[in-house]
This record gives sequence, structure tokens and C-alpha cells, in this order.
Amino acid sequence: MMPAPIARLFPRAQPKAAAFTGLLIAAAALAAVPFVLGMNFGNSWVRIVDFALLYVMLALGLNIVVGFAGLLDLGYIAFYAVGAYLYALLASPHFGLHLPLWVILPLGAACAALFGVLLGAPTLRLRGDYLAIVTLGFGEIIRIFLNNLNAPLNITNGPQGIANIDSMSVAGHALEKPLVLFGIALPSLYLFYYLFLALAILTMFICIRLEDSRIGRAWVAIREDEIAAKACGINTRNIKLLAFAMGASFGGVAGGLFAGFQQFVSPESFGLLESIMVLCMVVLGGMGHIPGVVLGALLLAILPEALRYAARPMQIWMFGRMLLDPEALRMLLFGGALIVVMLFRPAGLWPSAIRRREFASAEKET
Amino acid sequence: MSVPMLAVQDLRVSYGGIQAVKGISFEVGAGETVCLIGANGAGKTSTLKALARMLPASGSVVYRGADISERPPHALIGLGLTLVPEGRGVFARLSVEENLAMGAYHRRDVADIAADLEHVYQLLPRLKERRRQLAGTLSGGEQQMLALGRALMARPQLLLLDEPSMGLAPLMVQKVFEVVHSIAEQGVSILLVEQNARLALTVSARGYVMESGLITLADRADRLLDDSRVRQAYLGGD
Repeated sequence: MMPAPIARLFPRAQPKAAAFTGLLIAAAALAAVPFVLGMNFGNSWVRIVDFALLYVMLALGLNIVVGFAGLLDLGYIAFYAVGAYLYALLASPHFGLHLPLWVILPLGAACAALFGVLLGAPTLRLRGDYLAIVTLGFGEIIRIFLNNLNAPLNITNGPQGIANIDSMSVAGHALEKPLVLFGIALPSLYLFYYLFLALAILTMFICIRLEDSRIGRAWVAIREDEIAAKACGINTRNIKLLAFAMGASFGGVAGGLFAGFQQFVSPESFGLLESIMVLCMVVLGGMGHIPGVVLGALLLAILPEALRYAARPMQIWMFGRMLLDPEALRMLLFGGALIVVMLFRPAGLWPSAIRRREFASAEKET
Repeated sequence: MSVPMLAVQDLRVSYGGIQAVKGISFEVGAGETVCLIGANGAGKTSTLKALARMLPASGSVVYRGADISERPPHALIGLGLTLVPEGRGVFARLSVEENLAMGAYHRRDVADIAADLEHVYQLLPRLKERRRQLAGTLSGGEQQMLALGRALMARPQLLLLDEPSMGLAPLMVQKVFEVVHSIAEQGVSILLVEQNARLALTVSARGYVMESGLITLADRADRLLDDSRVRQAYLGGD
């Protein structure tokens, strides 16, 4: 053991090493996820997790608008649609364009951010219910546009959607083909997993940095009291537009990834129910708390799929035959789960310490 | 005479077709505490909000010799003009200390901000005790103190105070006004809007009485306290 005075010279040496090992273990565990899932449950589960990671990005983006800045947005999926269609148009035989992923993703982020500002600008004076209704309308407008922009000039190919979209390729390797690395064959679904995981972690990192920044503080101030925020010298107009733009850009990136992953987009993927689903992930996990939002997204993306697999054998075991279609059961259980969570954990499954204290003190007062 | 801190000429505010402030003129001198008293709906808060550029208004507002009626609201704090909004407006889900830090949002001088924070804690020791507590869990009076402390963090030259006594117990109102008084003693000019006319007049040098959008009386505070019309209408005397 080091003598005390010398140990004092290296006060952070040990925690740093511990943090490093922790990080290494976490990285190894995350890297192993597709192998464990693929070998035990089949590759369809890797696919489900791939989608869950896209939802993590979406939920983190919406969390900026709803959780940090307190602006209720019910049309968030529109930005996902913008990103997805931008990818579809720029990398498919539809227009004969085949731009690479690293060009399209930033473009998608920028384009979605622009749409975010387009939504934000006319709604600057709205809050709460009124804002929710306008954003809901915005989401529907985008979807209906996508549905109808096939005449007189065919831009979106209407309800049929755009098919045969190029797959993504990273460092010269198309992700739709398996990659052999050090003698291990990595199926295409695993490669998507690693790409989405990297981007989801990047999104999380950006969100954490934003929360602690001056901008993050300004968002929270606006959420709490807009007039006081103005009186503190915050340019509320710009900061609110920034929240819409930042949130939208994450949605745009996730949308691009979705298009490249599915290789097909159509307007029906971007309905109101999807917006509500993402909002539920944010609220259920713990509004404004990044780890909570990630948990909410993973749970709500994965559990319904698990249910789909479990519903049939469960019913046969209990009643001897199938009574309810898993799809119908899914919405029922989903709604039930939401009610239970809101009753017993009103601040979300994993709320920030502040929210938890707030709800606890509110209970004491009543 | 030197340039006044604030000179307002013919200020008008309307909500749709309804005129809330119908052309008023008044002044706040450097280092002076001036109050604007009047009943509910007289247009006091509208006046203050218009001065802070939170409401569209017409007329001229000259602050330290410069017209600010076209400035955006968030720019005013940098000029030393700070509003303490009606109903306190603390950031409920931030801690006391974070609230105070938000008052210095526009400043970049980290060392001076830390010194000012200590200064605020000295003036309002209660806030220091509760620095880690969420602002929303404070009592009404403490929240009002916090709102004042947050405004002081901006190093104001002119404070616009909107009804600091609203909804507070009499004892707390006394305490809040003691703080207002000590802020004034540090040389900060104050424009105080109040319904509690007696208290407002005791801490002010001059007062203006507002009635349905117009200033109907303007005088030294001690004379207003004795004025029979003011006594009858606002002080409950005979």
C-alpha cells in the first residue's frame, strides 16, 4: 500500500481505474448483446433490439423538447418521417440518386431541424394543451403530404412508399452483407446493432452535455417560468426554437437510419400512434431524466414484442385455445401498464432525483 | 437636474380593444424609491410589464438617457434594469442556489458572481440555509426573498418590483419590505408596484396613485400618506 502522503498526490488514480474497468465491462456486455440474443432466441430478436435503439434516439430527441424545455409535442414523429424520406429520396432508384450515409445523415439532421423551426416559429406563444394540438396537426400534415405528394410531380410515391432504398455502408462495407472479422462472421443485423448503438450512445452523450450547459439551464428556466426566464435575460424565442431544432435533428438522424435499415418507407409508419408511443417512452421512463428516458424507450420497444411471442402459448396454456389476437392484447396491456405506472410511479420508472423529491413532497402536503 | 434613472412619457398599453394604461408619465430618480399604488385592475402590473418590454406598448421609455422602448426584453437585464415578476416566478424545480445563479445568467464574470452570491446570502441568510432545497418547496415569503435575491444577482441599477407583498402573511410582508428597504439603501433605484399602499408609501420617497389606467395623484410619499383621498380609498382611514 502507498504511504498516505503519496496517495494524496494521486487522489483520482483508483476511482479512475475503477471507472475504466466498469466502462470496459459495460462495453463488452453491450457488444455481446446480439450474440446472446441471436444464439438463444433467434435473429428476429436482434432486429427488435435494433429498432429499440432507434426508439432510444427518438425518445432522447423528444426529451429535449418535452422534458427539458417543457413544450408538449404530439407530432414528433414528423421529424422521423422527414429524416426517413430524405434518406429514401437521396439513396434509392426513385430519383436515381445514391448518396452515401455520411452525407445523408447530417443533411437529414439539418433538414429536420429546419422543420423543427418551421413548427416552432408559429407556436412560440403557445403552451400546454394549445401547443399539443398544433403539434398534433403538424405531425398529421407531414404524413398527409407524404401520402399525396405523388401528383402532379411524383416526389414521395404516395401511399405505396419508396422501396429498394440503398442499404447503409460504413467504411466501404455495405451493412446488408455479413462481415467476417477475425474469423467471426457478423450477420448484417449485428452490424446494424453496432452502428445504432454507437449513434445512440453519441446521442446520449450530447444530451448529457446539453443538460449541463447554459442552453440546458435556459430550457429548464423556460419550462419553469417563461416570464421569469425572460427577466433573467434569456432570449426565450431563440432558446425555444433551438429546443425544437435540436430535438427534431435527433429525430431526423433516427429517421435516416430507419430508412436505410428497412430499405422501404411509406407514410403509414409515421402515424399519430407512433408520436404517442415515443411520448409514452419519455413520460414512462421519467421526463427530463436521460437514463430514465433510455429505459422507457427500451422497455416500450421490446416488451410488446415479447408479448407477441408469449401471448399464444400463454393463452393455450390457460384456456386451451387462442381467445384474443396478440395484436389486440398488446394495446390492452400497453394501456394497462401505463395506468399502473402512472398510479404507482407518477414521476416515471426512473425519475431524476429532483422529480422524485418533488412528487414525494407533494404527497406529504396532501 | 441630473438625468433621471427612468423617465416615462405617455405610456399606453392595450389588450385588444381595451386600454389598460391610457397614457401615463412618471419618473424615477437615481437612487430613488418610487411606488405606484392603486386598486386591482388600475393598470399597475401592465405598466411594469410594458416597461420590461413584456407587453407591446406605445410611448417613450427613457432609461438612463437612452430610449429602451425598442429593446428586446432579454437585453434589459444587461443594462441594469431587472424585473421581479408578479407572483414571484421562481424556478420551482431548481434549487435555491440554481435559482440565484440564473439571476446572473447574462454575466460571465465568474469570480464576481461568487462574491455576489455570498452578498445575497448575507442579506438573506434564510436562503443560505436552504440553498440545496428546491425553490418550489419554500414558503411564499421565502420564495419572494428568493425572487429578490435572484434579481440582485444581476447587479441591478433599477429594480421593478411587482407586488412583493402579494399573498403573504403580514409578518412576512414586513420582512420583505425590510429587505426592499435595505436594497434601496445600497443605492439601487426601485419602482415598486403595490396594493398595500401604506407599506409601499412608508418605504418610498414619492408615490403615484393609479386609477383605471391613469395617474390621478402624484406627490411625496409622506404627503400621500396624509392625503384624505388616499386615506379614504386605500388606507382604510377616515
